[in-house]
Amino acid sequence: MTAETLPPPSTSIGPAAWLRRNLFSSIGSSVATVVILALVAYLAVTVGGWAIGEARWAVVTSNLRLFLIGQYPVEQAWRLWLELALLSVLAGVSGGVYGQTTRTLAVSLSAMQLLLAVLMVASPLGPIIIGGLLANALAVWGAYALGRAFAVPRTPLLIAWVLSIPVSFALIGGIGFGPLPTVQSSVWGGLLLTMLLAVVGILLAFPLGVLLALGRRSSLPAARVLSTAYIELVRGVPLITLLFMADIMLPLLLPGEWRIDRVARAMGGITLFSAAYVAENVRGGLQAIPSGQYEAAHALGLNGFQTNLFIVLPQALRSVIPANVGLFISLLKDTTLVTIVGLLEILGIGRAILAQPESLGANLEVYVFVAGVFFVLCYAMSQASYRLERAMGVGSR
Amino acid sequence: MTADNLPPVEAESTEPMIVCRDVHKWFGQLHVLRGINLEVQPREVVVIFGASGSGKSTFIRTINRLEEHQRGEIVVDGIELTDDIRNIAAIRSEIGMVFQSFNLFPHLTVMQNVMLAPMRVRKWSRDQAEHVGMELLTRVGIPEQAHKHPAQLSGGQQQRVAIARALAMQPKIMLFDEPTSALDPEMISEVLDVMRELAESGMTMLCVTHEMGFARAVANRMVFFDNGEIVEEGPPSQIFEAPQHQRTKQFLAQILH
Repeated sequence: MTAETLPPPSTSIGPAAWLRRNLFSSIGSSVATVVILALVAYLAVTVGGWAIGEARWAVVTSNLRLFLIGQYPVEQAWRLWLELALLSVLAGVSGGVYGQTTRTLAVSLSAMQLLLAVLMVASPLGPIIIGGLLANALAVWGAYALGRAFAVPRTPLLIAWVLSIPVSFALIGGIGFGPLPTVQSSVWGGLLLTMLLAVVGILLAFPLGVLLALGRRSSLPAARVLSTAYIELVRGVPLITLLFMADIMLPLLLPGEWRIDRVARAMGGITLFSAAYVAENVRGGLQAIPSGQYEAAHALGLNGFQTNLFIVLPQALRSVIPANVGLFISLLKDTTLVTIVGLLEILGIGRAILAQPESLGANLEVYVFVAGVFFVLCYAMSQASYRLERAMGVGSR
Repeated sequence: MTADNLPPVEAESTEPMIVCRDVHKWFGQLHVLRGINLEVQPREVVVIFGASGSGKSTFIRTINRLEEHQRGEIVVDGIELTDDIRNIAAIRSEIGMVFQSFNLFPHLTVMQNVMLAPMRVRKWSRDQAEHVGMELLTRVGIPEQAHKHPAQLSGGQQQRVAIARALAMQPKIMLFDEPTSALDPEMISEVLDVMRELAESGMTMLCVTHEMGFARAVANRMVFFDNGEIVEEGPPSQIFEAPQHQRTKQFLAQILH
């Protein structure tokens, strides 16, 4: 018996074979291939021709600052750069120290900054913004190298992340004196506001949703009933309704001297809305955990809290990463709804710009630009999700 | 195989390790345990056998309160099992359990599986837990797998990790619930060898198993369950050579061919 390894026949490999097998395997598939290719070519030529030839991108490039930060005072804009640099360095160092999942965060952050830099090429502000973005993207990797090279202690790093939240708000909103005068939230706008709403919404909705999911499966009747009622109520109303309620009804219900910031109300509305959906996703993950896992944990003497924290949640949350990232992508896009309560996030800024007489007829350019920004952000999130799944999938099967 | 890490066993103690008096349990209307009386002495190895559905698994699961008994009394190492959550926690930390389906934690490595409970329940340092964990993995014969995930191991290796994980809590009693039933035939002996070594080291063991070779060689006593009751018990020689009860004879005839 000979068992020598033979190369595959030449008709089954190579580009010609690939074309034949995948695109021209039958008359039907050949026709489909030709028709679809023609359609794609037609679209590419017309859209590309419009984008390069007819489109008047000046409406975007001359209003770029509005798109990015809204009415945020230009002499305070350095604070936003500092904020971005802070996040870049933190993400980079963490990526270097923890690797895997956090490295994904660092990669996404630098990739997003690079992509935004590409979008800025034609702007008169371009050199400053592109330079800043490139410097930040480099900062991510510099910090990453530092995190890799040195034994950065983990606890201080964690504390730095927690501290970064109040520091970020102090940088963006100001502390009212010294180098950081207050910048009212009414002038926050554009991409800045979009990102703030999305990041705060995700960071708050996720833990709240996990708690609601655990509450819904709790053996305590009060926790179960309250969680279930909350989830069903919130899922039964559209986000717009919640935003209106947060914006109009909350001030009516609260005593007159209580004034909650308008942006904070929108953040609250988005968070409360998304938490209910996170809870249902997580509940699905919890239900997939076999009872043997609980039994093994209990038999080892772990209490209910420890069982959830160390055994159940890590497995349940991993299995619902795709669903939750999908939810967060729609959360990001749903931030555009805050326009109706008078906040100007990036789409609202776009509409405000279109209302000016000098941008007459530039609707398409503005909307294509806004769509492009959203696409970059959402695509980065879904790529991060795939990487996260792979990083956390070690040994799961 | 070292004996450094054996749990403390009070050999001189004459108090029984487990006392069950008139234990009853119902699943809804179904009466699955009908007055079980059993005492297990320190260092004793008791094999429980019987047809599926006879209540033997349910019975050993009542001993660490994975199932609640509704009547009667269970006392483990002097502590009575009641609804008091502190008693349940105290008893669970004295009892190790090995399951038919292993129930390893798939998101943790082998070593993390073994270290988790000592660190979180016993509050050991990481170093101590890792040291003891490695000793135990060596004892069950798989130190080289410490940093793999359970899914990368064979069934027999997974069950040995499960035994090491239970031993890491330094229990006084080990419960085995059909530990070899989910294994391919060629992997059964590697698990039984570990159990035999454990029995020889003086561990108090309660095993639900149909491995009659293991029972004959290792058990001090065998208990036959049928329809929620203990029908017959005695040393293996008596059970195999001169079973008293008709149902015991029938069952043994079926499984011994």
